[in-house]
Amino acid sequence: MLLQQIINGVALGSVYALIALGYTMVYGIITLINFAHGEVFMAGAFIGLLLISYFKVNVFVAIVGAMLVCMVLGVLIEFVAYRPLRKSSRLSALISAIGVSIFLSSLALMLFGADAKAFPDTAFPVRQLRVGSADVSTLQLLIIGVSACLMVGLEFIVHKTKIGKAMRATAEDYNTAALMGIDVNRVISFTFALGSALAAAGGVLVGVLFDAVSFNMGLMAGLKAFAAAVLGGIGSIPGAMLGGLLLGISEVFGVAIGYSSYRDAIAFSILVLVLLIKPTGLLGQKIVKKV
Amino acid sequence: MGNVLQSLVASIDPYLLQILVNIGIAVVLALGLNVIVGLTGQLSLGHAAFMSIGAFTSALLTIKLGLPFSLNLLLTGSVTALVATAIGFPILRLSGDYLAICTLGFAEIVKVFFLNFEPTNKALGLSVPAVRSAIPMPIYVWALAILAAALVTFIGSSRFGRALKAIREDEIAAEAMGVDVAKYKIQAFALGSFLAGVGGGLYAHFLGYINPSDFGFLKSVDILSMVVLGGLGSVPGSLLGASLLTSAPEFLRFMSQYRMLVYGALLVFLMVFRPMGLLGGVNFRELVLRVLRLRRSGK
Repeated sequence: MLLQQIINGVALGSVYALIALGYTMVYGIITLINFAHGEVFMAGAFIGLLLISYFKVNVFVAIVGAMLVCMVLGVLIEFVAYRPLRKSSRLSALISAIGVSIFLSSLALMLFGADAKAFPDTAFPVRQLRVGSADVSTLQLLIIGVSACLMVGLEFIVHKTKIGKAMRATAEDYNTAALMGIDVNRVISFTFALGSALAAAGGVLVGVLFDAVSFNMGLMAGLKAFAAAVLGGIGSIPGAMLGGLLLGISEVFGVAIGYSSYRDAIAFSILVLVLLIKPTGLLGQKIVKKV
Repeated sequence: MGNVLQSLVASIDPYLLQILVNIGIAVVLALGLNVIVGLTGQLSLGHAAFMSIGAFTSALLTIKLGLPFSLNLLLTGSVTALVATAIGFPILRLSGDYLAICTLGFAEIVKVFFLNFEPTNKALGLSVPAVRSAIPMPIYVWALAILAAALVTFIGSSRFGRALKAIREDEIAAEAMGVDVAKYKIQAFALGSFLAGVGGGLYAHFLGYINPSDFGFLKSVDILSMVVLGGLGSVPGSLLGASLLTSAPEFLRFMSQYRMLVYGALLVFLMVFRPMGLLGGVNFRELVLRVLRLRRSGK
């Protein structure tokens, strides 16, 4: 029972973590809460669905395809809606983000209709495996595996490559990074591409897991992933992973002990409690304010 | 008096009247949020939660106690402000985006609470009986909207308002100047929530039916968009933002299914070309004086 719930929780939590990474990276670099991120996740799910049902590709190709398309989408959103606002107040950028989010979800509503779409059964062969006292479906293994690979890949990019170094420098100090000859616009575009790709992968995985893709799936998933990012300490990449897993596991446990109608409140209650005790999140750095 | 007002309201086209009332309610809500976000600079993403607390409190007061509407709204606003104060104490220590996400989390918790709350019919929602009063509802709404606008204008230029603006500009500097930051933040939060509660009460009685799901994140975002679009800290801005965004879906009705698409694009477009908000940074007193002076010199 316990093991079972932990596995369910880790599968759900790793998807939250994938989405949360996009929030946290963008926030780390331009301190913007990218409210359109949940919608990129939704777009990823739809693109995955289209690839699987019309082009009959397997789920891995669908994930890669969705990641590529959403990379372009993410860069485009940044270019159109955020770049012109980089020097104005952060609230205007926030409203702009909300505008993009409304635009994308109503576009999806128009293109795909209001009812949830299901993945074809052939998308991924689901089998139940018995591990100790728990049932693990191959689907959960797929989700955990793909998420883990992507996160390791991200860690590699951020810590071992030149563009990753530029990302970290820009997050540390935007102006100084620019003075050191880093093309900050390129770094920001790259960050959006990276974050959107992860969200798209999360979208396809959630679509296959719940077997439902709908135009409004981005809102709640986005909010929870954002909560996960803040929980772990916004701006911190390991924090987003930790926060996502923690939220996923606690949500699954909350439902398992009989609070299913409070499901959406569980994640946010934990968030509020953690923030009250440790206002910068679990792994966030304390920023000392100076006059 | 009542009869005159009744006939006045009856002479307006019902469809137009409905939009006007919705604008009036939006004005009250936007002004409340403007005190918190615009004057004090504390980003709140949970204004709809206070609106829902107001809506349900006011509905229960009408159903269970049958209070007169004015007393009901006053009590509703006070209850909402009290809840806001209780929540404000712990969460207003947070700053910036942490506060924003905390208010967002709180709003989701309130929504789920009402979805599971027996006295308000859980997820079924609550039917609210119509107001029995000599003064028709639209007049009520607009009188309160004007009152709220006057109140926020007055506050903006008072000692209290100057303290709030000091906190908005630089919290540490304000503290150094002797402004009790924690106290003023909580007072601003309570005042904004009072207006949110009153707005919720009006909403509940005008619509006649309320459901916890109506007060989700999107509602908070709606109100925030009005405030930011109109111009942070500007009372005429809030009026304009509330009127524009409430009537925009009606203007865009001819586009039927493209309506929300255009609405989203419009939001981005307006922000990109007018990041300060439509009336942000416009000083009306100065504008009027300048026009007067121009006239005089023209003569």
